[in-house]
Amino acid sequence: MGDREEKEEGRRRVVFVTVGTTRFDALVSAVDSENVRKVLAAKGYTHLLIQLGRGSYLPSKSDGDDGSLAVDYFTFSSSIADYLRSASLVISHAGSGSIFETLRLCKPLVVVVNEDLMDNHQSELAEELAERKHLYCARPQNLYQTLADMDLNTLLPYTPGDATPVAKHINRFLGFPDD
Amino acid sequence: MDKGNGCSFSAVTSTAIISSVIFVITLILVRVLFVIYCSSRPMSRRAKKPVSTLIILGSGGHTAEMLDLLAVLQKDRFYPRFYIAAATDNMSLQKAELLENSLAAENGTPITNAGKFMKIYRSREVGQSYITSIWTTLVAMVHALWLMIKIRPEVILCNGPGTCIPICAIAFVFKVLGIRWSSIFYVESIARVRRLSLSGLLLYKLRIADQLFVQWPRLQQQYPRAIYVGRLM
Repeated sequence: MGDREEKEEGRRRVVFVTVGTTRFDALVSAVDSENVRKVLAAKGYTHLLIQLGRGSYLPSKSDGDDGSLAVDYFTFSSSIADYLRSASLVISHAGSGSIFETLRLCKPLVVVVNEDLMDNHQSELAEELAERKHLYCARPQNLYQTLADMDLNTLLPYTPGDATPVAKHINRFLGFPDD
Repeated sequence: MDKGNGCSFSAVTSTAIISSVIFVITLILVRVLFVIYCSSRPMSRRAKKPVSTLIILGSGGHTAEMLDLLAVLQKDRFYPRFYIAAATDNMSLQKAELLENSLAAENGTPITNAGKFMKIYRSREVGQSYITSIWTTLVAMVHALWLMIKIRPEVILCNGPGTCIPICAIAFVFKVLGIRWSSIFYVESIARVRRLSLSGLLLYKLRIADQLFVQWPRLQQQYPRAIYVGRLM
């Protein structure tokens, strides 16, 4: 059996990279770099799928026939939920939507903060969640090191939040009876 | 003597004008302080009927969080519902419309009664220079005034986008002038862990929001009048 058939039949472990609606060429080129591809392949991942968003850097596609990572990309999708669901690892920009959509699906997540953004409040959320061990947080330049050193077994599942406390406060404030 | 009488007459008039102006300004100040004081306390009467509600939507994550909140609010209490989104934001109104239509379908009410949707000009686009923002904010204020005169909501829900500032400012003025008392609820975004957003900061410092909710404990330590409610998502 060729490597390709083995990958398709056997364990297909996809790394899904998403930048949401933004452009984040630094992340895409970091993921496209040889040592990141190597470390992902070494960790048992078979496919790398990159959602480019508005970025202009195009990674090099690969069939992965020679035992290396199979690489593919696309720009946008109306819903990345399916891609997240079928991923074994997600590498995402620091947008809160991407982060929580991934955490809700209980997928291992590495968040990469875009340092080119002005007023980078996004990093606050990523760093806080990393401190609480719900994900790993990196910058494009240390993505390789983070991936090499990470131990996904130490990640803690994220308990989904609840909007009812806010609703309670609002109702009480307005004088509506408690349910 | 004529000159003397002329001088004393204009002196009296200008004193009268100055006194009146000071008097009016003092009245307004007292009224503003009174409004701020009342806004910070829960409504004294029990609510007996539904409250008209304006929901201000922002792009992306903001809309997702607002929809999370709307999901747990009793729809028969917050009615009728008006949605405003920035003119350049197409997705948010669509999502809200989907929510309202599915609610209408559940209850069997006609879809035309499900929520009302409006667009408003943005005060400022992301990355726009602060100088041109002054003009666009003025345009946004006029447009907001027009919309607020039409809607005059009793409750305003917002969670971050700059679109909420002109509307909340006008709601505050309406409160002071006695045109409409709106209770303004602001939920700071889940992405704000250590610092409030500009909108949140303005509404907090100027005491325009009746209640300001934060999702991370550090913010409540920094801003004691904020209410910590944990994560919504």
